[in-house]
Amino acid sequence: MIISELKPFPEILGYLDGDKKVFIVGCKGCAQVCQTGDEPQVLEMKQKLEEEGKTITGYCVIDFLCDKALVKTRLFPHEDEIDAADSLLVMTCGIGVQATAAVVNKLVHPAANTINVGGASGEWRGSERCRECGDCVLDLTGGICPLTACTKWLINGPCGGTKNGKCEVEPDVRDCGWHLIYERLKKLGRLDKMQTMPIVKNYAKMQPPKHLRSTIMWALEQQETKV
Amino acid sequence: MSLREKLKSGKFVVTAEIGPAKGVDIHEFNENAELLKGRIDAVNCTDQQSAVMRLGSLVACHLLKQKGIEPVFQMTCRDRNRIALQSDLLSAYVMGVENVLCLTGDYVTLGDHPDAKPVFDLDSVSLLYAARQLEQGKDLAGKELKGTPKFFLGACVTPGADPVEPQLIKMERKVKAGAQFFQTQAIYEPKTFEAFMKEAKKFGVPVLVGIVVLRSAAMAKFMNKNVAGIHVPDELIDEMDKADNKLQKGIEIAARLINEMKSMCQGTHVMAIGLESKVPAILDATKL
Ligand code: SF4
Ligand code: SF4
Repeated sequence: MIISELKPFPEILGYLDGDKKVFIVGCKGCAQVCQTGDEPQVLEMKQKLEEEGKTITGYCVIDFLCDKALVKTRLFPHEDEIDAADSLLVMTCGIGVQATAAVVNKLVHPAANTINVGGASGEWRGSERCRECGDCVLDLTGGICPLTACTKWLINGPCGGTKNGKCEVEPDVRDCGWHLIYERLKKLGRLDKMQTMPIVKNYAKMQPPKHLRSTIMWALEQQETKV
Repeated sequence: MSLREKLKSGKFVVTAEIGPAKGVDIHEFNENAELLKGRIDAVNCTDQQSAVMRLGSLVACHLLKQKGIEPVFQMTCRDRNRIALQSDLLSAYVMGVENVLCLTGDYVTLGDHPDAKPVFDLDSVSLLYAARQLEQGKDLAGKELKGTPKFFLGACVTPGADPVEPQLIKMERKVKAGAQFFQTQAIYEPKTFEAFMKEAKKFGVPVLVGIVVLRSAAMAKFMNKNVAGIHVPDELIDEMDKADNKLQKGIEIAARLINEMKSMCQGTHVMAIGLESKVPAILDATKL
């Protein structure tokens, strides 16, 4: 799931400066859970914008705003309303805004900020995170990711900021990742692993490889644009 | 004699640090440097200390050299990626700066530009490794250099950390990566330092014990609460609290700590943090 939160209303109003007529797009996917772009939020936004003197030419709440094919079919019946609008306000995460922008011929404005969750998580959103570094070192760290558990992404052990098992950044809430790694390896009797980390990390591997830039979905979308 | 030669000869060395100015007025920096000249073996120039933007440490090292003072160039990995760090190492060598203290650096949110994008492409260990590579005529990408630099590479360790084992593990990694001397985080308990040195001795690199001059009981309490790896024992806090002349007391305690720990290590590193001008008084009190 992608976490989003609505931007402050004055910021949204700023985007619409000069636009009189607006079409609003909402999302029933993650944005529903985050209460960013479901029907109630869309209607509330519509009312607030009308109070500010804007005309809402129409609105549409779509199941998954990240699915371009779906967005295209669902927006089709609203073609006239979209044509009549100066721009679109999209109330969901950054992916949904981009997907909408890709299928309409108008300027789109994001109504929300997408919040950083510290790396990719599993479909079951637990506390474990991965930055998809392309060169996994979990063998050496007792299965705790130093790139997500350590604030500075350190791979050579704890910095001088570790205190009482907490990180120098937000010690009240943030555990020191390297303290966790140390404790885990100590428990396993494998502290020797801390001496075998690669000294320098290869960040080139954090660029997506070509074959992953072109996923099956991407290929399907290419087909669709041709027909 | 250079810092490297002095340590090699077995002399007990004294270093201190000066923070470059926040701005371009270098009067105070120059005054402090003059006061330290001839009294100590080398002066560290801090690198954007506590993530606060200031005059650069390499330029400050250059100013010291002009005065005939041997600098220690402090480098953190917070603000530069491996390209800039390696380039600055080359620049340092060309400017005649040999001593480099390789640090990871405080996180940006601790300083005065909390909105900055932190770098940490390398860290203390990989920076030492990079400097070592340069000394061997190659950069981190394995490309050949025209002319090879030579450094005396330092690193930091926190003897008062609890637990201390991860510190020792990292210290060993630093030695393997190229560290030739250590300047420690401040330590106020000679017994803890003694226990630390018992372990650290096996790495065979000189250790300069870190001293932060106390200014008040409140400062000590603040450090205990906020600074990682520093623990000022209650007796010292009490002593500071009761003293009429806090400045004199701070100097006296610093000198006493140095005297108590000097037989355990190869030198001392005095971090006066605003009291640089008092460093000679501390040295007088230790008879160093
Ligand atoms: S080491 Fe790299 S691949 Fe492994 S979990 Fe961390 S970011 Fe992901
Ligand atoms: S305190 Fe621990 S988690 Fe925080 S930056 Fe340092 S090593 Fe990483």
